[in-house]
Amino acid sequence: MEKLTKEDVHPRIIEALLGADSDITVEDALENEMILNMGPQHPATHGVLRLLLRLDGETIIACVPELGYLHRGYEKMAENMSYYEFIPHTDRLDYLAPLSNNVAWVLAVEKLAGIVVPPRAQYIRMLVCELSRIASHLVAIGALGMDVGALTVFLWTLREREKILDIWDILCGARFTNSYTRIGGVANDIQPDALAKVKWFLDQFDDNLKECEQLLNRNRIFIDRLEGVGVASAKDAVDLGLTGPTLRGSGVEYDLRRAAPYLFYNEMDFKVITYPEGDCLARYFVRVDECRESAKIVRQILSKIPQGEVRANSPKKVLPNKAEIYSKMEELISDFMIVNFGINPPEGEIYSAIENPKGELGFYLVSKGGGQPWKCKIRSPSFVNCQGLPLMIKGHMVSDVVAIVGSIDPVMGEADK
Amino acid sequence: MEFKDLLIQKINDNLLGLVFTPVEFREELSLTLNKKDIVRISRFLKDDSELSFNLCEDITAIDWARRTFRFTIVYHLFSMNNKFRLRLKCDVDEEDCAIDSVSSVWKTADWEERETYDMYGIHFNNHPDLRRMYMPEDFEYYPLRKDFPLMGIPGSLPLPKK
Repeated sequence: MEKLTKEDVHPRIIEALLGADSDITVEDALENEMILNMGPQHPATHGVLRLLLRLDGETIIACVPELGYLHRGYEKMAENMSYYEFIPHTDRLDYLAPLSNNVAWVLAVEKLAGIVVPPRAQYIRMLVCELSRIASHLVAIGALGMDVGALTVFLWTLREREKILDIWDILCGARFTNSYTRIGGVANDIQPDALAKVKWFLDQFDDNLKECEQLLNRNRIFIDRLEGVGVASAKDAVDLGLTGPTLRGSGVEYDLRRAAPYLFYNEMDFKVITYPEGDCLARYFVRVDECRESAKIVRQILSKIPQGEVRANSPKKVLPNKAEIYSKMEELISDFMIVNFGINPPEGEIYSAIENPKGELGFYLVSKGGGQPWKCKIRSPSFVNCQGLPLMIKGHMVSDVVAIVGSIDPVMGEADK
Repeated sequence: MEFKDLLIQKINDNLLGLVFTPVEFREELSLTLNKKDIVRISRFLKDDSELSFNLCEDITAIDWARRTFRFTIVYHLFSMNNKFRLRLKCDVDEEDCAIDSVSSVWKTADWEERETYDMYGIHFNNHPDLRRMYMPEDFEYYPLRKDFPLMGIPGSLPLPKK
């Protein structure tokens, strides 16, 4: 952390930090007021998030987040590739829950193209979504604990997450960046070993999560560092557009799985977890309880999952099976057309959103009838949640910034697109 | 009465002189309206107790490249009470590339409008802090415009000297 001179900072940031009515400049600031540059290379900011803080002593008076250090222009790239080609890129948005992003993308494309997906594929998608929610929340809980000084819990939650990655390894051959879903279904049917491993995981997960929780819930230091820190009231949270555990930690019962059900979530029995306090501790509790609810959903999926196809049979829009491509003329032609020119959804526009671990992940697609989207907008939850940082950080200490950023759990791959 | 019909009727009753065209595609309702009305309708949609579109999910723009009105600004609103999503669209001309900011209605519009400004160069009037979101401040181009090449413009980003 270094003291900045005026030349390093854009004048408008200075203006925002110092307030328009103040005549303090950086060079002749009051003795105990300074501007602190936190990040983008900072171990506690979970990626390349840069925060400019204006301090009075150690109290933060104003905070300006700066994004864009990981901007790769995915929206531009999406406009220049077919709908199929973009699936692997969605892995790189929220890289802690890649399967969830895959599902969000294919649901958007299917809505645009009007493809009906067989129920077994939908159930598998729900299964991977919930598993990735558990995996992502486990990292969030562990990293939050580590940020405020409880190191052990990080190792324990990552041990649990490792088991989920093993399931993904069996399921689609990759631990990260899975690219498992396909438009009209999933890449392959779920294997019996994978199902058995999911069952085994669930059987021991509750006890192990309880163990992790016991390390934190009665840890005086952990509670003291989080309780009453970074409060966002319900009204502010909605106004700022926060979603996911950050919003539910402020007591707003908003979960897209209930508010605008997709897949088969309307048939699932689960609770939308809310805590009214709106502080960092509430967000932590929401995540822990959501892990349990997700495990409950996975159990229901395992008992309800129907038999059948895992890919829709509509050769003009959905890639046919390899065996058919090599043996039948029609399928060969449609495979060639889809790979080279893409599926051609009708002219129109859709917005499709799912409840990702971090919040509402939405895709807005505009089609002009061609093989590539004319416009693709990614509504990423981390980006919008980071907007709540100035409000939450104001009035706290520098060391609280670490806890607040950890409790929002932004993934910069997603926030910067 | 369905919520859609109620919504359209309420807008007609309360906002006199507001012209809009409703379009439905894949069960999603979009209203295309004149850009001067955007703050007025946003304020009404948010404040009306029955409609209460309290969550502004997303703001973005579309570059149509060759149309008379080159850009369309798109707003996605969600009403948590009614569980209904609404899309508002306003056409903006390249000559007069500006629209009123709705950040006074929803605070979340602040960053979303900054992002739209950064990517398309559309100016938002009365925005509290209209800076670039992702690109450096001295970047001269707008990357998501259709005339910006996919590979980028060589030399547009300052690199360290050899």
